[in-house]
Amino acid sequence: MDSNKKRDLAASVILIALLFLIITVLEQLLPKTSMIFTVLKKGSIYALVAVSMNLLNGFTGLFSLGQAGFMLLGAYTYGILTIPVSARAAVYQYYNGGIVQFALPVFAAILLAGVVAAFFAYLIGLPVLHLKSDYLAIATLGFAEIIRAIFQWDKIGALTNGSNLLRKFPIFHSTLFPFAVSAVCIGIIVLLINSTYGRAFKAIRDDEVAAEAMGINLAHHKRLAFTISSFFAGISGALLAMFQTTVQASQFKSAMTYEILLIVVIGGVGSITGSCISSFLFVACSEWWLRFLDNSDTFIGSIHLSMLRPGFRKVVFSVVIMAIVLLYQKGIMGDKEFSISKIREKLKKKKAEDE
Amino acid sequence: MGFFQTNLPYLLAGISTGGQYALIAIGYTMVYGILRLINFAHGDVFMCAALMVIYSASFLPLYISVPLAIIATALLGFAIERVAYKPLRTAPRMSAMISAIGMSYLLQNLALYVTGGLTKYYPPIPYISDSIEIFGAMTKRVTVITPIVTVVLIFALVSIIKYTKIGIAMRAVSRDFETAQLMGVRINSVISATFVIGSLLAAVGSTLFFSNYTGVTPTVGGMPGLKAFVAAVFGGIGSIPGAVIGAFIIGICENLIKGLGWTTFSDAFTFVLLIIVLMFMPTGLFGEKTIDRV
Repeated sequence: MDSNKKRDLAASVILIALLFLIITVLEQLLPKTSMIFTVLKKGSIYALVAVSMNLLNGFTGLFSLGQAGFMLLGAYTYGILTIPVSARAAVYQYYNGGIVQFALPVFAAILLAGVVAAFFAYLIGLPVLHLKSDYLAIATLGFAEIIRAIFQWDKIGALTNGSNLLRKFPIFHSTLFPFAVSAVCIGIIVLLINSTYGRAFKAIRDDEVAAEAMGINLAHHKRLAFTISSFFAGISGALLAMFQTTVQASQFKSAMTYEILLIVVIGGVGSITGSCISSFLFVACSEWWLRFLDNSDTFIGSIHLSMLRPGFRKVVFSVVIMAIVLLYQKGIMGDKEFSISKIREKLKKKKAEDE
Repeated sequence: MGFFQTNLPYLLAGISTGGQYALIAIGYTMVYGILRLINFAHGDVFMCAALMVIYSASFLPLYISVPLAIIATALLGFAIERVAYKPLRTAPRMSAMISAIGMSYLLQNLALYVTGGLTKYYPPIPYISDSIEIFGAMTKRVTVITPIVTVVLIFALVSIIKYTKIGIAMRAVSRDFETAQLMGVRINSVISATFVIGSLLAAVGSTLFFSNYTGVTPTVGGMPGLKAFVAAVFGGIGSIPGAVIGAFIIGICENLIKGLGWTTFSDAFTFVLLIIVLMFMPTGLFGEKTIDRV
């Protein structure tokens, strides 16, 4: 490891530690209901799922649109396994308390959420992964829809509570929790991408035929990327369940996958830090910063802005997204990563030029 | 006979939804044939057509507002292509698809803003929305009219593609984009014509569809859009007769499944069919085989 890499590693560790410190301080200073915590919690969850999608779309070149389905699997696994036994009768009121009569500890359930999602991804991957670009996209989208329909089926309601809500499972209270889980998971993904597997993924993305000629087992590596990506999507689904306090199959629509895809694109396809930055920006814009556009009593001077009413925020937001997609195709980071040493080098160069 | 009697209403509904899906599916299959792009915004164009009828019918008589809305939808399709896809013509295929998803997001949000999140109801159109009785099954007249309209429009379309200059250009472009360009085919006008035709048919389909299911919400276009796309894949993407046959099969199967009491799975079935087709017949019923060259 050369000194630059070491310095980078140290810098990112310090940055992450600083981030955690800032959040801890913020939690002490600001009221619990402050919008910033909502944004930080949801942003960190979306960052994880966006990075998991980027692993597929950006690093392996598999255009999959099944992320919402795997999040659903994760969210349900977590919910079903952690509802306290005493609360089951109330939650499963139409199904005699359901068939699962035990509750697992939170971390075991989160891990299992990932495992279940990964297992289903493995099964789904067997038939669909040999499909080409847009056919793969539409097939995975279809699978997400099938999963959603199955979870709403009342015949297996004793397990999934049919189309009713799952609730009363343990949730997190501190913003640090989703941050810590996401940070660990994203860290693992980064390690994976920098390993030999990661290089094989990138080779497949750049040219399948050439990769195969170099001795990379296409089917094996594609399946691996798909399963791992879904594992982390499942974990983020469990976190999302904790964030929302309830789970219902009907909310995991294809619109959710599209949102995540747009986050990945805005951040830059093939950039982990880009996905993280853009998920916080995306959540902050859609939930917080553009709120004023929904306020119908806004005046500039004495002119009543009659355009502003609920829904206008989303119109402005989607116009901005379209502008990014059309005019700024590379997204925030392109396929580069945010790194301190590069910024330092740039600054040094600039200094040298100035002198 | 008993089986026939109980399932007849579902069969009729199936034929009629099949026709409506067919009209949407043509838009998908033509655009895919030429640009190799899944136009995710097509389902939302279908929804916008319905909203245009609803809003224009509030101050215009129906016989003006419906044709007006159909023309406006064609213009919308044209505008979408110019704004969202034309700048990305040389970009990777994935960029255009993402742009399509972004456009779909924009149209849905715009509709949400305009409607204020309320379900709008399609105005009943005299004659075609009337109830009639066929073999003892009550249904709306639109059920009978849809397949006829569909078949007539498809014949018109097929003859345009076969015999007119623009139709020949379309076939040339879908066969080989670059060579057609070298031969002097005006690519941009061919693509615009494709979008205009696709949107026109989607608008007609929307008039028929919403005469039956009258509630219009911003996301209502999503499902019929996806199903029509599946129909296009099933029939072999790029092939018009394939899309039509696929759409009828999907429409009928879906409604028969509803008749069996499996309504939860009527949407999922379409995707199961899609995956089976992609596994065993990746090019669909009438699709052309493509060979990947290095």
